[in-house]
Amino acid sequence: MIALAFDLTVGQGEFSLQVRDDAEVQVLGLAGPSGAGKTTLLEALAGLRAATGTIRVGGRTLLDTAAGLDVPARHRRVGYVPQDALLFPHLTVRGNLEYGARDRQRVDAVAEMLEVANLLDRPTAGLSGGERQRVALGRALAAAPDLLLLDEPLGALDPARRDRILPYVLRARQALGVAMVWVTHDVQELRHAADRALVIDRGRVVHAGGVDGAVALLTARPGY
Amino acid sequence: MNQSVLSVALFSGATAALAMLLALPLAVAVGWLLARRSFRGKPLLETVVMLPLVLPPVAIGLLLLQVLGRDRPLGRLFDAAGVEVVFTWKAVVLAMAVMSLPLMVLTIRAGIEQVDRRYEAMAATLGAGPFRVFSTITLPLARGSVLAGSLLGFARALGEFGATIVVAGGIPGQTQTLAVAIFNLTEAGREADASVLMFVSVAVAFAVLATANALLRKGRT
Repeated sequence: MIALAFDLTVGQGEFSLQVRDDAEVQVLGLAGPSGAGKTTLLEALAGLRAATGTIRVGGRTLLDTAAGLDVPARHRRVGYVPQDALLFPHLTVRGNLEYGARDRQRVDAVAEMLEVANLLDRPTAGLSGGERQRVALGRALAAAPDLLLLDEPLGALDPARRDRILPYVLRARQALGVAMVWVTHDVQELRHAADRALVIDRGRVVHAGGVDGAVALLTARPGY
Repeated sequence: MNQSVLSVALFSGATAALAMLLALPLAVAVGWLLARRSFRGKPLLETVVMLPLVLPPVAIGLLLLQVLGRDRPLGRLFDAAGVEVVFTWKAVVLAMAVMSLPLMVLTIRAGIEQVDRRYEAMAATLGAGPFRVFSTITLPLARGSVLAGSLLGFARALGEFGATIVVAGGIPGQTQTLAVAIFNLTEAGREADASVLMFVSVAVAFAVLATANALLRKGRT
């Protein structure tokens, strides 16, 4: 569990995102229709997009614009796994895993846990979708982040593969105790993984709290 | 003649290679700045870097001659260090480097612009600072364009004439490049000898351009 609190405004005018949440979470599920601002929120949390307000992760303040504090992305210790994995194409699987790694042991442990140890010397080009996502997850975990942002990590995979990846993410949560913000459209994923949920629509929070409430909302409004 | 063709070709090749190496760090730095940063004076930098592409090369030569004159700060600096530049091979290299720079910057900038910024963002979330992001992500992913830009710079340097003749003089055996030798031989009515050098130039330029284009095509796929 980690204390995760943010009160953010991103952009202005036609599209602006205004979200806040403050809770002890292990996995915060983040849902909402396309264009709701889910990726924008993740980018703001990671320090990749300008935002005003505050972000606190486990007692560390990453952003406090009133106090003039804006920790750059490289010092935030916030990992990011995008939907399309974005593996560095010129590096091998090992090169990707070691890129932000604190130490070699952690790379080996993560590779073992995500079952990519046999792929270490392969170039990333020939990997399957599921392998790519596992390597992207491993790359972020090897850097020992305080918070891991998962942008629909299973969204690009077909349902059969999705069922095979989900246990790896859950294993990472279990073994490493990393807190996560997990973007998903999938009610099953939300039920399995999250202990709190945030649903946003057009840049505003429409639900913040229990997973059951979010699931009810998502089920009632299929667009979500 | 064969001996002199070879020595002129070797001298041109060596000075062009040195010019390319001299311009490369600057071309990479300026290419990156123009591709990735917004700052005051960016349009001015873009214009200044591109000047050698549009100015008459002879004017660039004259400008270099004036900058390197003994009564100018840079000229005095070289003078104090006991380094003679004007009318030596060093002036050839300098003139070639200045003339090659715009083409190198254009190619490298375009290559860097093609690198998906999200890779750089990913590297930042993994703890990499700006220099590490540049050296381990941006530069390797733009390497095809950097190589192609270097080759184009080399080819441009090899063909350099106007600036070189003003600032280095084209002295046979000392500062005479392929282009200058072709001019001198034609002027002296030795067209057959000039043609040999012309064919050497065409062959080298053809090989270099074909390689550069192949690298750029590879970079786009």
